[in-house]
Amino acid sequence: MTGAWSFMAEHQSEILGATLEHVELVLIAMAAAILIGVPLGMLIVRKAKLRALALGIAGIFQTIPSLALFGFLIPIPFIGGIGKRTAIVALTLYALLPILRNTYVGLTEIDPAVLESAEAMGMTQTQILFRVRFPLGLAVILAGVRTATIITIGVATIAAAIGAGGLGTFIFRGVALVNDSLLLAGAIPAALLAILADFLLGRLERRLRVT
Amino acid sequence: MTTAEKNLIEFRGVSWNANGAAEAAIINDVSLEVPRGSTVVLLGRSGSGKTTLLKLINGMHWPSKGDVLVDGRATREWDAIRLRRGIGYVIQEAGLFPHFTVAENVALVPVLENWPREKIAARVKEMLQLVGLEPGEFAGRRPRELSGGQRQRVGVARALAADPPILLMDEPFGALDPVTRAELQREFKALARRLGKTIVLVTHDLREALLLASHIILLEKGRVAASAGPEDFLRLQHPEVLAFAASLDVTGGAA
Repeated sequence: MTGAWSFMAEHQSEILGATLEHVELVLIAMAAAILIGVPLGMLIVRKAKLRALALGIAGIFQTIPSLALFGFLIPIPFIGGIGKRTAIVALTLYALLPILRNTYVGLTEIDPAVLESAEAMGMTQTQILFRVRFPLGLAVILAGVRTATIITIGVATIAAAIGAGGLGTFIFRGVALVNDSLLLAGAIPAALLAILADFLLGRLERRLRVT
Repeated sequence: MTTAEKNLIEFRGVSWNANGAAEAAIINDVSLEVPRGSTVVLLGRSGSGKTTLLKLINGMHWPSKGDVLVDGRATREWDAIRLRRGIGYVIQEAGLFPHFTVAENVALVPVLENWPREKIAARVKEMLQLVGLEPGEFAGRRPRELSGGQRQRVGVARALAADPPILLMDEPFGALDPVTRAELQREFKALARRLGKTIVLVTHDLREALLLASHIILLEKGRVAASAGPEDFLRLQHPEVLAFAASLDVTGGAA
């Protein structure tokens, strides 16, 4: 361990650079997954056929081993190839299910008496969605974002395998060279990032919860 | 006087079946009249179809046979949103929006109807006073900060806010303790008389029906079993009336 600490101290700037690269991958992928997942989740509240399809497809992406998902995307034109773009697409697909599922659950598991009176008061379905379901489901939606963020921070270490950079670079080199110091220089910052994200998003989630 | 002038709500041979909603009661050939300004109580056991009848009035359900007329027009000819905004609705546990303050809950329909801001504020204050809640103390609270009785008062204030001619109430006092219930029933009776609204109230409590109704309609298995004013109701010899009358007997029939 002392070897690892002195290694990290010596390579501070490289580790910091890789960490920023890692955060960049995660943020872009999460933004894309939220922009797709939340509106899609809102859409499937009222459309049962699309719901089964959307949740099914998002579920399939989650079952593909992450390294394989990166590999599958490489030969696909436009989104594939070596580098960041492919990694971001893969991470987005991975993050989609928890966000989509929690959005759907958050918007539908609302006190039936509240929905009944909203309807009886003459609110349209769109008004109910944006003024009742969304504010009341927001904490559950955010819980999905939190889960997805933690998964994405971990899975993003594998992005180094297809040349996307990030903290995985140290981990892969450490594995290849059987060098614990290198491995920990990637693993420790990744773990700290996940803990930090969990803490911050957890706090936000508690603040948004309506009782 | 035409029937539409006399009756604000009228059921003409209405049947309704659930189409998949297996838990909802089935309504069978129900005809009834709700005169303007009256309080009609729909009385019946659980599953007798009383809540379904209520939802047939504000277009939460549509008749599969017959017509429900509101202000002389069949509900299926109404725009459902317009119909509902003209009908106040109060349910058990109030169904208040937990993310809204008391004032925001009461202001709901006026906001949906785009009333000017000052008019809404004045109306909210007036409504809270009407149901006996001090606006300064209660307007900014959330529903979770209220007692059950206070929540139900807010529910009534919300239903009356846009001054609808009709008020539908589904066991509005059902979840309250007996003392609070009696208190609210008395106050509500006075309020109803003062406001002149046309009220349809659903209950399984005969005592409540006798206290509040200008007319009682007893439902049994989706049909009208008996119908009478409160002063005559207990004299009816229908077996379901006798069953309900027995529920009033505190000695349990031991004498």
